[in-house]
Amino acid sequence: MVHTSVPITYTSGEQLEVYRFSVPVTVGVPLLALFLQAFLPRHFPRLAYIDLPLLVTVYFAMARRNPISGLLTGAVIGLVQDSLGGHPIGLYGIAKTVVGFGASSLGVKLDVENAGARLLLTLGFYLLHGVVYFTVARGMVNMNLNWNWGWSVLAGLANAMLGVVLFWFLDKFKQRT
Amino acid sequence: MESVLGRYRNLIILVGVLFLQVLGLAVQVKRSADAESTRLIRIWAVSTITPLERVLVWGQKGTGNLWHNYFYLRGVRAENRELKEQIERMRLEQARLSEDAAQARRLQALLAFKEQFVLKTVAAQVIGSSGSDSSRILYIDKGENDGLARDMAVVTADGIVGKVLQVFPSVSQVLLINDQSSGVGAILEKSRLQGVLKGTANGEVVLERLMSDEQVEAGEAILTSGGDQIFPKGLPVGTVAHVGGGKELFLNVRVRPATNLSKLEEVLVVTQKQERQVTAQDTVRMRAADILAQRLPSVPEKPAEPNATSGSPAGPVNGPTRDVSGTAKPQSKPSIVRSPQSGFATKAQNPSTPKPDDGVPLTGPAVESSVPAGSQGSGITDTSAARHEASAPSVVSKPVAEAKPVKPQTKAPVPPKPPAQSNPQPQASEDGPH
Repeated sequence: MVHTSVPITYTSGEQLEVYRFSVPVTVGVPLLALFLQAFLPRHFPRLAYIDLPLLVTVYFAMARRNPISGLLTGAVIGLVQDSLGGHPIGLYGIAKTVVGFGASSLGVKLDVENAGARLLLTLGFYLLHGVVYFTVARGMVNMNLNWNWGWSVLAGLANAMLGVVLFWFLDKFKQRT
Repeated sequence: MESVLGRYRNLIILVGVLFLQVLGLAVQVKRSADAESTRLIRIWAVSTITPLERVLVWGQKGTGNLWHNYFYLRGVRAENRELKEQIERMRLEQARLSEDAAQARRLQALLAFKEQFVLKTVAAQVIGSSGSDSSRILYIDKGENDGLARDMAVVTADGIVGKVLQVFPSVSQVLLINDQSSGVGAILEKSRLQGVLKGTANGEVVLERLMSDEQVEAGEAILTSGGDQIFPKGLPVGTVAHVGGGKELFLNVRVRPATNLSKLEEVLVVTQKQERQVTAQDTVRMRAADILAQRLPSVPEKPAEPNATSGSPAGPVNGPTRDVSGTAKPQSKPSIVRSPQSGFATKAQNPSTPKPDDGVPLTGPAVESSVPAGSQGSGITDTSAARHEASAPSVVSKPVAEAKPVKPQTKAPVPPKPPAQSNPQPQASEDGPH
């Protein structure tokens, strides 16, 4: 397996590295993200627009490059996030399952190591997450939500920029298989 | 067949996991009307996350207290002075409100209304939130072990906050009034129009079910109506922020909550309410002035000593009083005045406190004052008020309009009127919750 330092946008599976993480990181990072997501908006209400559990889902899914692992990671994180809210459990679970599957599937096909790709992918997955959540919440739970493209893109950009920094930090915990 | 399963294994698992979740969601939606059972996953998640939050809040509060209580004391004197002034203003306000409340009780007794009282509250600290902008949920550090239960009202001194949604052993989930699944019975203070307070998807609060032909003005206060059986009637909800045309013949009334829902630190959970019918007994309690008047005739039983004016139950008469110029006045002129209603001695309102609208600065020079109209016979002659007057010797009380100074030992006692026949003006409620 050859690791190239040259950023590439499309490559074969053999050229991509698959990473794994230690158990403390696998469990601790999502828990920390969920904790911060529940704790920080109380002091900084605007931070409710940042979806740390989503960023962690995208990161683990892309790094592991295993669709099953990705979708299960997304499902678990999403369900726990649902449990902390007041709405029926499953809204975030479904949305993050789809995102986890998509991120890991793309991670198999694309190089997601460079910041530009991460920025765009995170923005895309934020929007995908929003669309799935919106659809399920309105279609099944009959929640009265309004979709605002401008706001969604702005929030997605904010999440994507934070994601680039967060992913760079989480890269330090990666272990090559 | 095996090759197909192997080829689409990821997709099949994705569909399977999604199907399970959709199924679970459908079951919850179907049962949402009657099911209040707490999901196990919810208990696990809350049990995992909230201890961390509790520790962090504890550390944060400890650090904050250390800073505020020991290092950062600048401006405390000024703040103390302001608070004292505020207390003075609120005393007057309280006297007026007590009168209004007592009047309301009398009317309720006449109409055989039932009243709800907040009997018991539990103070709780906010330790976390749902972390989602679509679910306005708070976590507080009190739970089942502290006597909390579902559907208890959560309030602050400013107004209502929400209701208890889920209860765990040591933590509870509070649904804020700006969540879209929340609903509170509300009434407009002036126009008495009733509506339902709901949250919106973007965290705003609106008052629904108001017909578009009704007149609602921005700035009007909104109170709880008590119709939801969760919040006691009359708690502040907020004010009307904007009134616009809504859909289906209803007004679109946006509400500015009385409580800053995004900056909550401590809240009160109403754990016990009492509903009772107001009785006439509530409205004819003996006024402090009458008690005082009853005591006065008994004084002459013992020969008065030279400075026996100090034997009067009213404390303020003991010390020398001063007029505006600071000249000492003899003790034989106590600052007890005759109540225009009962004809008996009662104390004058502390003159150092200005009337609410007279613009007299609270820290200004001592002035003579009369009892504000709103507090006449309002029962503010309780012992605490008397003590308060005693502690303010720099002023002299001027009797109210028809009142004359009384010399308790020389003047023939006038028999007190029976309490029920005395002036039915209400007094400050000292024991009953409002």
